[in-house]
Amino acid sequence: MTRILSAPLAPLIMPRRRFLTGAAAFSLLGVTAARADLTITLSGGDFKPMPIAIADFAGDQQGAQVAGVITNNLIRSGIFAPLEKSKHPEKPSFDAAPNFGAWQAAGVQALVTGRVSREGGRIKAEFRLWDVGTGQQAVGQQYMTDPAAWRRVGHMISDAVYSKVTGEKGFFDTRIVFVSESGPKDKRIKRLAIMDQDGANYRVLSTGDSLALTPRFSPSSQEVAYMSFANGAEPRVYIVDLQGGKREAVGNFPGMSFSPRFSPDGNGIIMSLQQGSNANIYFMDLNSQQMRRLTNTAAIDTSPSFSPDGKRIVFESDRGGGQQIYLMDAGGGGQQRISFGDGRYGTPVWSPKGDYIAFTKQKSGSFAIGIMKPDGSGERILTEGFHNEGPTWAPNGRYLMYFSEQGAGPKMMMVDVSGRVKVPVPTPGFASDPAWSPLLSET
Amino acid sequence: MLFSMVSPKVAKLAAAALVAASLGACASKTDDPNALNGGLAGRAGAAVPGSAQDFVVNVGDRVFFETDSTELTPTAVATLDKQAGWLGRYPRYSFTVEGHADERGTREYNFALSARRAETVRNYLAAKGIASNRMRTMSYGKERPVAVCDDISCWSQNRRAVTVLSGAGS
Repeated sequence: MTRILSAPLAPLIMPRRRFLTGAAAFSLLGVTAARADLTITLSGGDFKPMPIAIADFAGDQQGAQVAGVITNNLIRSGIFAPLEKSKHPEKPSFDAAPNFGAWQAAGVQALVTGRVSREGGRIKAEFRLWDVGTGQQAVGQQYMTDPAAWRRVGHMISDAVYSKVTGEKGFFDTRIVFVSESGPKDKRIKRLAIMDQDGANYRVLSTGDSLALTPRFSPSSQEVAYMSFANGAEPRVYIVDLQGGKREAVGNFPGMSFSPRFSPDGNGIIMSLQQGSNANIYFMDLNSQQMRRLTNTAAIDTSPSFSPDGKRIVFESDRGGGQQIYLMDAGGGGQQRISFGDGRYGTPVWSPKGDYIAFTKQKSGSFAIGIMKPDGSGERILTEGFHNEGPTWAPNGRYLMYFSEQGAGPKMMMVDVSGRVKVPVPTPGFASDPAWSPLLSET
Repeated sequence: MLFSMVSPKVAKLAAAALVAASLGACASKTDDPNALNGGLAGRAGAAVPGSAQDFVVNVGDRVFFETDSTELTPTAVATLDKQAGWLGRYPRYSFTVEGHADERGTREYNFALSARRAETVRNYLAAKGIASNRMRTMSYGKERPVAVCDDISCWSQNRRAVTVLSGAGS
């Protein structure tokens, strides 16, 4: 039976809580500063990343580390081209205006300066985003937090910069829950693991004495639903509370239950129940434990995912012969097929923005990750190869993670919806089934 | 890797013999290829009638499926007929039909696909008179490949339903 290791989670969760308390002390430094026009348009074929510099933050020695977190994030986004540190013309102080002429000569359009200092037992981090061309401050903010949460400050500043420049929500202050794989392929150990979006703060959540698969965050990011084998019984769906490590089976069914996902309000779970030769989709109200049957076919209906407004569900079914994507109302009505391309379509996931559905497409021996609009139109393949599977959306709906089999074992990758960006997600070993958390500062 | 150089038929026999060896060696309940011991395979043919080894070696504990299919092939039907005969002769055994899929599918779908394969075998054996209270099913999806490589010679070995004896025995 999988035992959930609760202890390693405490240091992860606690700083956040303290941090959230600290977030109340968050203030704007430059509210009266003239508005700067430091924006970038994400669409269009002639996209060029914005040249930017992230100066080492002044003050505490952690300042350089915070700047490093921001730089790494902005590079990975594909939206920014940070200037190498060795080419920085100066080490700007936080209180004086930077030498804009020198930064302009260095070729950057934007500059991030900051300061990290200690106040009591906490750290204070401040930053400014400068429009180098006009010499105006575009954003200025400060954060108070537990020193252990210094990386989160880096992620929140990254989100503020990304957000200011793109006009979209950020996605850096997030975590990934996934399956950490080790051992030979025919005796693979699969454990739940969690880490920050950039691969830091990796922690294993389950012991690995039984398989744990397909983890998915609750909207609060405090719980994870997943499937696991236990006591030699058929696999079933569990929910684990990340804070205390408490694990509960979701319902008690005679056969396998699998493919869980939370409803957008967090009050329910949709999942598949295996009934003889068929898998059907059910909704369970987590408060009343009442079940509602949503599909009733002699087919495999699985991988359900709610629309962000909770009104519709996208899922896959082989009722027409092969795996295809279908839509239905949240109550199960109006079931209709939306994928009609050449090949088989599975693992649909609705974007948090509502505009796209991501999927795995199998065709002629290759496995692709793609997106389509909820009416089935506008299909775009973002990556294709021997085996790519299981997309998950960043909370801003601009990026996806998935896993890719590359010979010896799977690794996770990140792409953006334009298909321009494709970067590996750092993990200590093989990794699959990623699920992206909501933006932590919004939960 | 293990079976890539041999024809599927030969590989199938090899797999059966090797599993027999593992059953004999450590009474493993699962088809665990890592416990294989070639040295015991030669003795397998002389298994005691009615033993688990007898079932695996002389009857065949597994059937194979085509890609994304849950239909029984003529070979599978022949194997299951033998299984039904043997299980009818030795009613002291209960057993689990374990369904598996190859790696060339998505994870959740493959769980359902392997469940359907196990159910197909269970239904067939039930139709042949085996009492349902002796049988349970288990779905492993693509999580427990028995042959490990990146080509069809392995995938065809992994699309299987294995009848794993438990309970009672000799």
